[in-house]
Amino acid sequence: MTHALQPPPKSSPELDANWLRELLVTQKNTKMRHVISLLIENEAGALSRVSGLFSARGYNIESLTVAPTEDASLSRMTIVTSGSDDVVEQITKQLNKLVEVVKVVDLSESAHIERELMLVKVRATGKDREEMKRMAEIFRGRIIDVTDASYVIELTGTQAKLDSFVGAIDSGLILETVRSGICGIGRGDRVLKV
Amino acid sequence: MVITGAEIVIRCLQEEKVDYLFGYPGGAVLYIYDELFKQDKVRHVLVRHEQAAIHAADGYARSTEKVGVALVTSGPGATNAVTGIATAYCDSIPLVIISGQVPSAAIGQDAFQEVDTVGITRPCVKHNFLVRDVRDIAETIKKAFYLAKTGRPGPVLVDIPKDITAQKCEFAYPETVSMRSYNPVVKGHHGQIKKALQLLLEAKRPMVYAGGGVVLGDAADKLTALVRKLGFPCTNTLMGLGAYPATDRQFVGMLGMHGNYEANMGMHYCDVLLAVGARFDDRVIGNPAHFSSEPRKIIHIDIDPSSISKRVKVDVPIVGDVGEVLGELLALLDNTAEKPEPQSLGVWWKQIEEWRRRDCLKFNQGEEGLIKPQFVVQKLWEVTGGDAFVTSDVGQHQMWAAQYYKFDKPRRWVNSGGLGTMGFGLPAAMGVQLAHPGSPVACITGEGSIQMNIQELSTCKQFRLPIKVILLNNGFLGMVRQWQELFHGNRYSESYMDALPDFSRLAEAYGHVGIKVDKPGDVEGALREAFKQKNDLVFMDFQVDPTENVYPMVKGGQGLTDMILSAEDL
Ligand SMILES: Cc1cc2nc3c(=O)[nH]c(=O)nc-3n(C[C@H](O)[C@H](O)[C@H](O)COP(=O)(O)OP(=O)(O)OC[C@H]3O[C@@H](n4cnc5c(N)ncnc54)[C@H](O)[C@@H]3O)c2cc1C
Ligand SMILES: Cc1ncc(C[n+]2csc(CCOP(=O)(O)OP(=O)(O)O)c2C)c(N)n1
Repeated sequence: MTHALQPPPKSSPELDANWLRELLVTQKNTKMRHVISLLIENEAGALSRVSGLFSARGYNIESLTVAPTEDASLSRMTIVTSGSDDVVEQITKQLNKLVEVVKVVDLSESAHIERELMLVKVRATGKDREEMKRMAEIFRGRIIDVTDASYVIELTGTQAKLDSFVGAIDSGLILETVRSGICGIGRGDRVLKV
Repeated sequence: MVITGAEIVIRCLQEEKVDYLFGYPGGAVLYIYDELFKQDKVRHVLVRHEQAAIHAADGYARSTEKVGVALVTSGPGATNAVTGIATAYCDSIPLVIISGQVPSAAIGQDAFQEVDTVGITRPCVKHNFLVRDVRDIAETIKKAFYLAKTGRPGPVLVDIPKDITAQKCEFAYPETVSMRSYNPVVKGHHGQIKKALQLLLEAKRPMVYAGGGVVLGDAADKLTALVRKLGFPCTNTLMGLGAYPATDRQFVGMLGMHGNYEANMGMHYCDVLLAVGARFDDRVIGNPAHFSSEPRKIIHIDIDPSSISKRVKVDVPIVGDVGEVLGELLALLDNTAEKPEPQSLGVWWKQIEEWRRRDCLKFNQGEEGLIKPQFVVQKLWEVTGGDAFVTSDVGQHQMWAAQYYKFDKPRRWVNSGGLGTMGFGLPAAMGVQLAHPGSPVACITGEGSIQMNIQELSTCKQFRLPIKVILLNNGFLGMVRQWQELFHGNRYSESYMDALPDFSRLAEAYGHVGIKVDKPGDVEGALREAFKQKNDLVFMDFQVDPTENVYPMVKGGQGLTDMILSAEDL
């Protein structure tokens, strides 16, 4: 987690303490982005229990993805949310309380990887055709559908990378975009499994 | 043995030793009713409205240590049940509700009497199930009972399509259940419990704040032992009344919006707070910022982690069952020579006694004139020797019941605290009376609330339930009128009900005994007479002072110490 507050300029015990207190207070109250991953019984209605919980309690959902895992009896969800530390603590407790939820982790508490898939349909005529191909290459995208007038470009990456691709191409040429929402996984030894 | 789904349902209830099933029939549950007819172990109580079936099951559960069970049909049967289910959910009451559903093939077709019961009830149940295969019925019902009564209790609904109750399969009731996704913590963390004890022993101004969790966890004895051993003051929430004996000197009364002066002051100014099975509700701590403005250390015992540090930051959280944790605290206390420091505890008690001398519950009952509602409750307490089961509806009468009936035992006080459901009292009393056939059961109600489920007088007649209905008739939706008087410039918008029935004659029309009391001198005699009638429901219509307000009162958004103590404070 990055934080806007700078360390104190000079180090005196008093300053340190103040700085730390301020840091803690700000961290507690500022809305931070969190990536929550959970395993849930793969049963009808399980998704609506989770989405219902978020709407009933007024929690944010920036994105939510869900699909069965290698164990077909379990689904895995990745939820991107934001809130102060208190709110996020309640979110994880409330998720854990759902009878069908098996495990919950806040991926953003430590090193993790996030990926999102985007499909973009762009106009590809005249000189734009070459330009689009070039941009797709720069961003390591793949063109997966081609017609006389359009391309569909497939792109995976962090949210930021996908945003910057959308920002980099001429918005007038975008016909349609669809994004999957984020999938997240912990780095190294951190494993979410029953 | 191969039997039908309907028979499986009944066999499961028998296996769970269900003696009363509260319900109302309809198309989708006809096979189940047919099987009910063929046996006599599970007795069915036919209510007059599905909401009442749930409240009755709820009253049954609150007054016993058992799970309450109800059966309703699809569509309107299920929607009528929703208020009851939400009521139980808000107070964490263990119920199993079985609802009929349209046949599997009709689901999603806008079929006759089809509603998405699982969807509608999802936010107000602990969990719910739609059974899709006759082979799943037994396991699902087993799980439902297990979920309802373990961990933080709550209502669990099982929705069963009609065709599935007609299909057949082999029946075997599972002996145990285990769910990898559901493992409530029971034992508390030992290190945390030790830390808690240390804090308690060092406290100079301690307070024990106990709630519904102590009643639900059947830990009143342990709480009482601990409080007595420590010599600390103890307060109960509305839901916790009876968790600590109200006539004991260490009890400082209920706290909160209509709590006692000494309880609210003690809660605010204590330096160590032991919260046990209570959830820092907004009607209890008032404005959380004001509450946090006074420094204190808080220990919080609760079985539900999400109750902890939800509204108030806690210093020593202990997740676990109250009984287990209090038991461990008691054992630790027995094994230490340390004691709370008597000097400062003495100073603190002196302060509490000074607050107590404000006598915040005093009221004036003249010999002539109007009956004071508080007086009726006080007399009820005297006449029943403090040993009745008391249910209530919602409003001023509920608060007076809580303030003036001194509950010394748990599970005697049955009311809707979290949802505040008018109409709860009478049907809940039916469940209580069925669970305790020989015991006195009183339902304290208002003329607004009683009319929300008055049809149940008919059920009471059919099942010969000798409930004593204590109507504190003030002619107003009194609690609403009180708020309008205090916060809306005496504009009594729609809080006066014209054209009230003559309740005593209405009760007689249902075949009960009805009496009307309008003189203070007649109150005690009427109550004594009523409780002598062991076989009859007696409906007592007390004409009480319509201007009386509930005090003390903490206004919404204010601090716990900002109490209006009487009309003179206005
Ligand atoms: C008109 C009106 C006025 C009211 N005024 C007041 C008032 O003045 N004062 C007041 O107190 N209330 C008042 N209430 C009620 C209030 O709304 C709440 O319902 C009540 O305060 C909650 O009580 P509680 O904190 O004991 O929690 P409950 O709702 O009883 O919750 C129980 C807690 O215990 C936990 N628990 C359950 N089982 C166990 C176990 N085995 N082990 C450990 N923990 C367990 C649960 O997880 C939960 O956190 C009023 C209600 C109405 C309708
Ligand atoms: C079902 C329902 N509707 C509305 C309310 C709001 N409400 C709370 S108290 C109250 C008045 C209750 O009047 P009454 O039963 O006569 O009791 P009193 O306050 O006069 O003792 C009302 C309308 C409620 N709690 N429940």
